[in-house]
Amino acid sequence: MIGIVSYGGYIPLRRLSRMQVVQQMAWYNPLLYMLMAGDRSVANWDEDSVTMAVAASFDALHLVDTKSIDAVYAASTTFPFDDRQNAAIIAEALSLQDGVRTVDVSGSLKAGVTAIVAGLDAIESDSARKVLVASGERRYTRAASTLELLYGDGAAALVLGREHVIAEFLGSCAYHEDFIDHYRGAEKRFDYPWEERFIRDEGFGRIIPKAIKAYCEKYHTDISEFATVIYPCPFAREHATIAKKIKSAGVHTNLHEGVGDTGTAHPLVMLAHALDSAKPGDKIMVVGFGQGCEVVAFQVTDAIENIKRPKGITVSMARKKDIPYAKYLKFRDLIDADISIRAEAMPNTSLSALWRHRKMIHGFTGYLCKACGTPQFPPYPVCVNPACNRSGQMENYSFADKPGTVLMYTGDMLAASVDPPAIYGLVEFDGGGRTLLDFTDCELDNLKVGSRVAMSFRIRREDTTRGFTGYFWKAVPLME
Amino acid sequence: MATGIKDKVAIIGMGCTKFGERWDADANALMVEAFNEAIADAGIDPKEIQAAWLATCFDEVNVGKSALSAAIALRLPNIAVTRVENFCASGTEAFRAAVYAVASGAYDIVLALGCEKLKDIGYGGLPEFSQAIGILNSLWFPNITAPGCFAMLAGGYCAKYGLKMEDVKRAMAHISVKSHANGALNPKAHLQRPVTEEQVLQSPMIAYPLGLFDCCGVSDGAACAIVCSVDVAKALKKKDFVTVKALQISVSNGEEMAFSNWDGAHVVNTEKAAMRAYQEAGIKNPREELSLLEVHDCFSITELVTMEDLHVSERGKAVNDVMDGFFDSNGKIPCQIDGGLKCFGHPIGASGLRMVYEIYLQLHGRADKRQLKDPRLGLTHNLGGFPMMNVVSVAIVGRYKQ
Repeated sequence: MIGIVSYGGYIPLRRLSRMQVVQQMAWYNPLLYMLMAGDRSVANWDEDSVTMAVAASFDALHLVDTKSIDAVYAASTTFPFDDRQNAAIIAEALSLQDGVRTVDVSGSLKAGVTAIVAGLDAIESDSARKVLVASGERRYTRAASTLELLYGDGAAALVLGREHVIAEFLGSCAYHEDFIDHYRGAEKRFDYPWEERFIRDEGFGRIIPKAIKAYCEKYHTDISEFATVIYPCPFAREHATIAKKIKSAGVHTNLHEGVGDTGTAHPLVMLAHALDSAKPGDKIMVVGFGQGCEVVAFQVTDAIENIKRPKGITVSMARKKDIPYAKYLKFRDLIDADISIRAEAMPNTSLSALWRHRKMIHGFTGYLCKACGTPQFPPYPVCVNPACNRSGQMENYSFADKPGTVLMYTGDMLAASVDPPAIYGLVEFDGGGRTLLDFTDCELDNLKVGSRVAMSFRIRREDTTRGFTGYFWKAVPLME
Repeated sequence: MATGIKDKVAIIGMGCTKFGERWDADANALMVEAFNEAIADAGIDPKEIQAAWLATCFDEVNVGKSALSAAIALRLPNIAVTRVENFCASGTEAFRAAVYAVASGAYDIVLALGCEKLKDIGYGGLPEFSQAIGILNSLWFPNITAPGCFAMLAGGYCAKYGLKMEDVKRAMAHISVKSHANGALNPKAHLQRPVTEEQVLQSPMIAYPLGLFDCCGVSDGAACAIVCSVDVAKALKKKDFVTVKALQISVSNGEEMAFSNWDGAHVVNTEKAAMRAYQEAGIKNPREELSLLEVHDCFSITELVTMEDLHVSERGKAVNDVMDGFFDSNGKIPCQIDGGLKCFGHPIGASGLRMVYEIYLQLHGRADKRQLKDPRLGLTHNLGGFPMMNVVSVAIVGRYKQ
């Protein structure tokens, strides 16, 4: 049996209330009134499609031995790099084995589902034992556009394999048509959408039912067999109309209310959300949309009752904090806010140093001294324990998965930051070792000496001059 | 067997510029201003100086690398001139190099000069230094500043001794008020206006829990010392001169930040350097024997914690000593009688030598309105870096054959 072995999801902490945008910008674009219900998710300033995909993958890998992952398929249309493989960054952040195949899948919002199908193909052909499919999206939208209210940021991940399958692969079906509801030209920041009526009637409303019909014909099945049908369509009324057209009572929410449309990741986000409450025997159909459709279907197995469910989408949707519209605009660089001269300094990143220390920087790998058992970061050749100080006794030791306790901290108004005060502190890791870390998704008032934190892979520095995004790990306070 | 530096080297001349936002002066002018005072004080010809050490920290962005800037500014006659840098201990490092050079007998008379021109960068605080922390650190180090890192010490201190932040904040405010009162009597100080405890407590937050008035001035300035061996001082017919009693540096090896044995409530290297310095100087009880302190009060919390690391205050009790006025100008051991970093200012490379300068003036009875009665032994202390990773210097100077 092949199928889904594990899954995970990640919705960033911040929510932008659509009503807030309406109140501030509807004078400029009255169409916003149509969309004033609910919230959309917003990535923190230090999150992008890669960091969110890493977060979702961590969630999905909580049950899986990372050494058994043979391939990573990363899907997004908002990867930070056009040429430098983003799946490779994800693989290093997850400290996967060196022999892993890394693949970026992009170019269309259906790419997330395409990546699932490609991963299943690899397993079916025995070229991989387990495949991680990770998809994150963080799209830029113009201020006061309807897209600003329709889109959300988020990620989901699946582990595909042959053993301990929680949802068995039933089949897949592709349909191609160069339908352009929107596009984003090379080097353009924003999507260019066509008229909404065209997108709804000739796009979602026609193509999705057509693809679903093709799947059912291919596998001699009926849509009524499926307990859950997942397809993206950010327009609420059209989403419901499609349900009527395909005659399904199991159409899954498009998560517009609390998240928004997370683009390439969205079918996976909805699937992860559905799996949070799926029951053995449930058949689930997942449709990706963009220049046609990609359809894949699963049947939930009894094994799902035996696993510890991941945090998934349900938990991260419940964990939320409002973001003021002005702060959102600054986070996405939609306003040209003043920066201090202090923030101007922007040296390049040494690629040779980054390569040499990639496990340390991307995987948050330190050392464990075999002689005295002291975990330590940063990894230096001579043991930090004054009672030991031996050299050449080190083995790699991951801090990425270690929670910790805050020993001391501050909120710094002098440090140049997108979101002042810059909060940082000294963290003592469970199991030993300590280091100084930036904090994120954090309120100064909620922090104290003794607070508990977990590690999160984040953007450390964005070098806009040279187009380089640098990553490292930060401490995130655990919700009590 | 090492015998230490005690009473081997005499300070025969010192100079110090007015510290402050010296929009009028570049580094060359500051060096000359301090140097001319020291030469006049020593009563020697500049050509008698046989070697020199220059301390600058951030001045790679101002005077450039190497010691050429000092050699050129002072038109030194092709002698050995060396630039030293060790964060905020740079000035004391230049002093140490000069003192060791004459103690070794390699030279008769040498110069230690510290200079920093910080106010040409266009913004407040110290220059942004994310490019100066090393290429590996630049890939992962958190977005820290000096006030932020020292601010953490306040929380760590409260947690360790179960103290309320408001009580510690009040003691920190008392420290700043005291230094402002002292600075008001010093015409060379950057900040010469007294402040009240309420003003300090209500100042805008820089890095929780440090407000603006918990932070020292960022200043331009230069200071220097001319030193020789005791024999040379005698040959120069110097009487009642000041000698070096101890000179110690202690540097972190990464333990505080990466190994789980530091409490976050004190500075390891201050204690280590101070203990070695007391031994070198033959001091048994610093609380009884020291006449005055010039410590690295980059932030009010640093001064508070330093009193414990110097073993002047008991652990967890510095708040009481501060509130009792033990370190006030009329207290048992006045601390920062010249205003300290807080008010005299902090041109980094010059600060260590500025501290020695004040003790030198006090020992010679030349400190004017802030002159203390019969001081015999003074201690200087610099703390470069951060509480969890630093370079500390401690120097003790006093009257010869006290």
